[in-house]
Formats: sequence, structure tokens, C-alpha cells
Amino acid sequence: MEVVQMQRRFVEYAASLFREGFLDGQFTQLQQLQDESNPDFVVEVVSLFFEDSEKLLNDLSRALDQQNVDFKRVDSHVHQLKGSSSSIGAQRVKNACIAFRNYCEEQNTDACLSCLQQVKQEYSLAKSKLETLFRLEQQILTAGGSIPIMME
Amino acid sequence: MDMAIEAQFHVLAVDDNLIDRKLIEKLLKTSSFQVTAVDSGSKALEFLGLQEEEQRNHHPQEMEVNLIITDYSMPGMTGYDLLRKIKESSSLKDIPVVIMSSENIPSRINRCLEEGAEDFFLKPVQLSDVSKLRPHLLRRKAEEEEEKPKRNIRKRKTIEESLTHMLMEDLDKFISIEDIFGELNYEFSHKRWKFGS
Repeated sequence: MEVVQMQRRFVEYAASLFREGFLDGQFTQLQQLQDESNPDFVVEVVSLFFEDSEKLLNDLSRALDQQNVDFKRVDSHVHQLKGSSSSIGAQRVKNACIAFRNYCEEQNTDACLSCLQQVKQEYSLAKSKLETLFRLEQQILTAGGSIPIMME
Repeated sequence: MDMAIEAQFHVLAVDDNLIDRKLIEKLLKTSSFQVTAVDSGSKALEFLGLQEEEQRNHHPQEMEVNLIITDYSMPGMTGYDLLRKIKESSSLKDIPVVIMSSENIPSRINRCLEEGAEDFFLKPVQLSDVSKLRPHLLRRKAEEEEEKPKRNIRKRKTIEESLTHMLMEDLDKFISIEDIFGELNYEFSHKRWKFGS
């Protein structure tokens, strides 16, 4: 495949992620912060996000599995996840967390478990889509091309 | 003035969230700030206390913190608690503090501003927020520089007034005021007097 085709595929894929609400303007901000002094910035931050989120999701599963659920603790974890997803522009994950927090306030275990499922699903989708995006990027770089800069 | 080019400001960033910490560090570095990032209020105070000690031991300026930017919601010590502790400290109270929060709660914002926070940034923090900081710090630095000579003049005036008062009290030992100043003038011009720094 020619570099130009790869670049087009990349741009179209990225555009679809924004269009479908997986990513928002904050992701563009991250890309704009990447420069020669830190060429892997976006991948680094997103990798940290993956690591951190997986830990949080495990903690959440454990916390909701208790006899007496500590909703403050659950809320605190969701707050963290909401914060990090918001910071990297993972919009749908963030929105799922916002809904989750409302049920934490109500101390409704069943609703919380349902929210957790929702968040896990959104996270899973976001992860797979971002990994695809990075793969497309890497293909271009390997072929000697440059990554098209995304304008908001 | 060369200040804009030379001025290196050191920012202490406080946030318990790993991703946010990495992000704020990048935002600050992109805006040419020197950054130290810590994950709690207590670590921030530790760093500031340590920095204070270094200054007492006359260590170079590299440790001096020019601005503190902290998240509001942190476990243990919140950003608000940290703000209060800083404003209560005689050595730290003049360091400007900026609060960050993901929640837009007017009463929270007001509380922080009333406690002396310089500004309040809504998360996720943008480059445009951070780039506001440099001109602000430069202006502050300029105002401080302007204050120095004024402070010196005031100090001098106070010393002159105390001296005059002391001399007047010993007036009976001298013939006239002109003589006092005449003698003093002689003393002053023939010896080097140093009045503090």
C-alpha cells in the first residue's frame, strides 16, 4: 500500500472516531502537545491510561463484590477513571463514568454493577480503537511517511 | 528588558492522578516552565519545606518555587487544605497557588479564591490556561523589582529619623545643631557606614 493511501486510511479512521464520539477535542489537544522533544507523548499517555484503567476496573469489580459495599470507595475509583478518561479525550468512557457516579450516590448496588459493565464495555471499545489508530500511524511511519496533523 | 527571555520559573504541580500529572507536566514544560510533579499535598509541603531549608543554607535558586498548581480533589489533604497551609505559612504565603478541578462548582471556586488562590482551572487543563501563567508571573516579578528601591528608600528614611532623634536627645552636650551635623558629616564622610543590606 502506498503511503498516501495509508495516510488517507488513518485520517478517515481518526475522523470516524471523533464522529462516533469515541474521542473528543481533548485527544486533539494531546496530539498538539506532541513534538520532536517528545515524539511518543500520545502513545505514552494513552498506555498509562490503559494500565491505570485496568487496575481501576479490577478494583471496582472487587469493591462491588463485597458484602457491605463501600460506596465512597467505589465513587472514588470512578472519579479517578472519569478524570483520566476525560484527560485523554476518551469521551464515551467518561460519560459512562458520569452515569456511574450518580448511582454511587444512590448507593444502588445493582445499578452500579450494571454501570460497571457499561464502563468496561466502553473502555474495551476505546482501547481497541486507539490501538488500531496507533497501528495505522506506525504503518505510515515505518513506510517513511509522516502523520497528517489533525486540525480541530 | 531581558527578563522575558531569562526568566526561568519553577512550578510545583500536585495531582494524585497519574495521567493528569503527566499531562500537566507536559503542558508546563511546553510553556517553558521548570516542573516538579508530586502526587500529594503532604509531598508538596515536604518539597517546599526542603526548598526553604536549601534557601536558608544559601543554596542556588534552582529549588525556588514560583508557582504551585494543585488538583482540588485528592485523598488525605485536598488542594484546598494545601492552599490553606501555604497561606498560613509565613515563608510560603507569597507563592501564588492555582487550583484545578474537574468539577465546576461555583461555591468551591469562590472558597478557593477567597482563601487566596490566584486562579482556578477547570480540567482537563488546556495549553491556553497554562500560557496565561507566564505573563502573570513576569508581571509579579517586575512589580517585586520595582518595590526593592522603594523599600530601600523607606528603610533609609527610618534610620535617618532614628539617628536624628538620638542626637537631639544628647543636644546638651553640643553647642548647636549645625555642629552636630557638622561633626556627623565629618564622621560620615571619613568613615564608611553600612546600614543593613
